[in-house]
Amino acid sequence: MASYSTNEFRPGLKVLLEGDPCSILDSEFVKPGKGQAFTRVKFRNLKTGRIWERTFRSAESIEAADVLETEMEFLYADGEFWHFMKTDGSYEQAVASAAAVGDGKNWLQEQEVCNVTLWNDDPISVTPPNFVELVVAETDPGLRGDTAQGGVKPATLSTGATIKVPLFIEIGDKLKIDTRTGEYVSRVKA
Amino acid sequence: MPTWRPSCATETLRARADMLAAVRAFFAERDVLEVQTPMLGSHTVTDPAIDSLRTTAPDRHLQTSPEYHMKRLLAAGAPSIYQIGPAFRRGEAGRWHNPEFTLIEWYRLGFDAERLMAEVADLVDALLGSAAYQRLPYAELLRHRFGNEVAAGDQEAILAAGRGRGLQDDAGIDEAMDLLLADAIASIKARRIFVSRFPAAQAALARLDADGSAARFELVVDGLEVANGYHELADPDELAMRMDADARQRRERGLPAVAPDHALLAAQRHGLPDCAGVAVGFDRLLALKLGADAIAETMAFSWERA
Repeated sequence: MASYSTNEFRPGLKVLLEGDPCSILDSEFVKPGKGQAFTRVKFRNLKTGRIWERTFRSAESIEAADVLETEMEFLYADGEFWHFMKTDGSYEQAVASAAAVGDGKNWLQEQEVCNVTLWNDDPISVTPPNFVELVVAETDPGLRGDTAQGGVKPATLSTGATIKVPLFIEIGDKLKIDTRTGEYVSRVKA
Repeated sequence: MPTWRPSCATETLRARADMLAAVRAFFAERDVLEVQTPMLGSHTVTDPAIDSLRTTAPDRHLQTSPEYHMKRLLAAGAPSIYQIGPAFRRGEAGRWHNPEFTLIEWYRLGFDAERLMAEVADLVDALLGSAAYQRLPYAELLRHRFGNEVAAGDQEAILAAGRGRGLQDDAGIDEAMDLLLADAIASIKARRIFVSRFPAAQAALARLDADGSAARFELVVDGLEVANGYHELADPDELAMRMDADARQRRERGLPAVAPDHALLAAQRHGLPDCAGVAVGFDRLLALKLGADAIAETMAFSWERA
């Protein structure tokens, strides 16, 4: 496996740290005039999303991680795993665990194209599009005409996720949702 | 394909030229003589933390600072002298480091560290505009940042603090100290601060004061180390001992051996006059003046483009 020396560290480089794939966010050479040299590095752990800081001796090296970020189409969930297919025409498929899909499972519907991070060809994180359109499966009856006030109620979507929606929303309505915040944006005209 | 373009803006060339002229005017007014010493020397520094660039000309090294040659001039009877020129340090590349950079180095006969610090402040005021200077003894700096135990030299506390800043478990005490100092310097929020009274282990080529601390100082401006100065060690026997200690450390760390500079030793046996000397990072001062984000922005061609 390839490795990178501290002087090759660049933002975006994918490396293995304590067994986990990480992306380098920032790398700074640190050296007092009369002291030893260090490289101070900020990483994002690609599995957990956590930020790690480490300090390396100069010229120390760490292992490269075989990480690929790619677009994949969501095919189906079988109750345990989520199945994706590459959109590059290769039809290659990959199977993601619940941990990799994370909160994304709230927003995934078939044929949605997601950003998938593959580590040694296995998905380790799935990012759905920023906005998705999903149908309301269940909610209390709508209050006709009440479109002005700020009241909200819970609504369950076709994916099983529950979000807060305005009072006028009814079962069968299609909603635009911001997947980064999990918030209702608007009703989509049929 | 590397770009052919310079790493600095065209107007920065003007700012650099103006600052060079201002430094020369500063020393002309104070009757300090400008000198030029060789960039290629038969010897180089023994300091284990500084790596020299060796050339293919047999036994010639690009100088990491003009210190040794300038001290030989002083021993031969030169008056107070200064030099503005390139210095070379292998592997020092980063946001605030370039393996080839410009140093202002000067030596003042009859000065001690106090008087030289005052003159460094005058020069920085002349180049960057006046500001207040704070003084912080080395131990106080560490106490502020890491607490009493680290400041008192408690080994466990120093190693623990080093690991807390991400240093590996197998790191030694020297390595941890270097990291903590770098961290403490970067954390300094005061605009201009002199760190003084270094521990004897970090004396480099400074003499020791009566209390056992080194007569060494650093100037930090906005968290950036810009000057390192000494009331110079004159005693040739002590100098030879420190060079031996450097050689020992180099062996222990598996670093290339560096032969002691016998010309410097001979010059100091002849007699180095009582003096204080300092090296100031010219490019960093220019970066501070311009508000630059990296040292590359102050240079016509930084390391990547040279």
